[in-house]
Amino acid sequence: MKNMIKQVFHSPKFVVGFVMFMLVFLTVLIYPLIVTGDPLEMIGNGAFFEPGTYVNVDEVVDSQQYKLHIDAKSKKIEKDLDQTTRDDMKEWLSKFGGVEESSIDTKDTAALLKLWQDHYSTDIKMTGLTAAKQKYFKRLGDTIVDIVNDEDLSIAEKDKESGELKEKTKIGSNVFARVSSISNRKTFILGTDNFGRDVLGELVSATKTSLKIGFAAGIVATLVGLLLGLIAGYVGGITDDIIMFITNLFTVIPSFVILILISYSIGNSRRGVGLVAIIIGITSWTWTTRSVRSQVISLRNRDHVNLSKLSGHSMFRIMICDILPYIASYVVMAFILQISTGILSEAQLSMLGLGPSTAKNATLGLMMNWAMQCSAYLNGKWWAYFPVILVIAIISFSLNLMNTGLDQVFNPQLRD
Amino acid sequence: MTKEAEMCLEGKGLTKVFGYGTTKTVAVDHVDFKFHKGEIISIVGESGSGKTTLSKMLLGLISTSEGEILFQGKPRDIGSRAKKKEYWKGIQAIFQDPFSSYNMFNKIDSVLLDCINMRGGKGLSQKEKFDMMTEACSFVNLKFAELTNKYPFELSGGQMQRLMIARIFLLRPQILLADEPTSMIDACSRATILDMLLKLRDEINMTVIFITHDIGLAYYISDSVYIMEHGKFVEHGGADEVILSPKADYTKRLISDVPKIYEEWDLTTV
Repeated sequence: MKNMIKQVFHSPKFVVGFVMFMLVFLTVLIYPLIVTGDPLEMIGNGAFFEPGTYVNVDEVVDSQQYKLHIDAKSKKIEKDLDQTTRDDMKEWLSKFGGVEESSIDTKDTAALLKLWQDHYSTDIKMTGLTAAKQKYFKRLGDTIVDIVNDEDLSIAEKDKESGELKEKTKIGSNVFARVSSISNRKTFILGTDNFGRDVLGELVSATKTSLKIGFAAGIVATLVGLLLGLIAGYVGGITDDIIMFITNLFTVIPSFVILILISYSIGNSRRGVGLVAIIIGITSWTWTTRSVRSQVISLRNRDHVNLSKLSGHSMFRIMICDILPYIASYVVMAFILQISTGILSEAQLSMLGLGPSTAKNATLGLMMNWAMQCSAYLNGKWWAYFPVILVIAIISFSLNLMNTGLDQVFNPQLRD
Repeated sequence: MTKEAEMCLEGKGLTKVFGYGTTKTVAVDHVDFKFHKGEIISIVGESGSGKTTLSKMLLGLISTSEGEILFQGKPRDIGSRAKKKEYWKGIQAIFQDPFSSYNMFNKIDSVLLDCINMRGGKGLSQKEKFDMMTEACSFVNLKFAELTNKYPFELSGGQMQRLMIARIFLLRPQILLADEPTSMIDACSRATILDMLLKLRDEINMTVIFITHDIGLAYYISDSVYIMEHGKFVEHGGADEVILSPKADYTKRLISDVPKIYEEWDLTTV
């Protein structure tokens, strides 16, 4: 036993898979200890805030002002003038401003703005354009005026009695605030989702739930498969025929279809996390049964089993003591694969909206489902779905790698 | 007591058919035999002649397709597990391959303890059990103190097969079915194993059914010989009678395959 474990941990594939899985697993265990609080709290008022650190604006205004000799304005203009705006400016200048198209360089912000200020005028008639396009260019002109506006920003306070606005502070373009002196900060490493929840915290909690579903489904599937396989293989005869008939029946009907039908017929209100795990478990035992049965058939005529029979052991004891240890390594491998299948099945089901219907728990599949329903895919809100896909991929990849590693240890023929 | 009264195991029209239709194979075909108490009977035949199938039927590990087995004069009844257990107190076996005869996850102690428990020794004290196991092991020239807490795969093939005989020593069955017990063992250990089997026979007066493909060995060890070909007994009788004056062609061929059959056997060179 000790030797076997030693051998397993000498398989590079198994070790890589194991380390990857443990990283995910430990993150799931440790993260909630560090970041306490409800991971599913709807913290953002709005959907899909981008990843980053958010600071309190009120505090920034009130904080001490530091004047730095940095040309902050041009940097801001550089940022505010995005490429489409620049291209539109170029189009207007070449069409109506009378500027040679080749002489306009959209990369050179200062030169572009200078050309714009020299040639742009609201008086020039934009002929040959649709009304919408004409209005667009007018708006563009106004935007650029705002962008290049060099006046100081005034912060005003409303007088409680007279209702008059009273200037409080003026903020110049080169005034800075010290970030670490601002206490109200919130970092969303992976942004927020459509409900305004922190994606990272939600992801960790979802991974935990999904792993739970995977383990529960794996245990159910392996136990059912093992039990039926042992009985069918060892008892044989008519019992074997009946069990294999049922198993074949389940094998030929795609299990995902059964999964969908069962999930649907159970109804939305009763489908909790545990129930979904059990549903996945009882639809994915067939291959375990088939392979356990075939292994048991080859074992049941071995001499050590005959000897055990001659020693008067019961059928149950022979199965547990003389057959199970010989197929244990295989069962462990099947169990690992079943966990992976369970997690993937849950994700598939939840994507279709047939997963656990609960607001208290997030699962990896549900996060994808929410992201899909709110069109995160179409709007480029990658942080709402890409980390989820990555976690699913890492978990199933690591489990499959562990399985391959074990396979190579237990079947030396497969070693390369 | 007459010889008939000492009848230990009798078979009438014993048949085993595997498969059906086009895959139908008759492994054992209507064989009749009478094994007497205290005798050593050899069943000799080439591979695939149905020897092992017959032995498994005799042990009750597989069902019989046809025919009847009489155990100690009465029809054998192994309908329930309790009855099977009772039957297995009377008939035990040693298998061909000692390496696959043990459950490699169980320690040696448990193999011998099972035997003591089967003989109704469940209530004995640890000391008594230990003494019994030590006695059994010393009968086969093994030291139990060295074997305790070891796993079977830590022993050599010869040691494992001797442990099998120790098991039989503890169980004391009326019949022992030895299915080629020496074929996987090297020549030196083979003589020792055979010697121990003979000693055990004398000690507890049991019937030994010795299954082998080696007619020379059969001649050396047995009182009567059954020659098996394609699931049938083609010839049987006393060892001298069958081997020194064979009647069936198959027996003659088997004997001609063993060139040294008429020379005296020397245990040290076996």
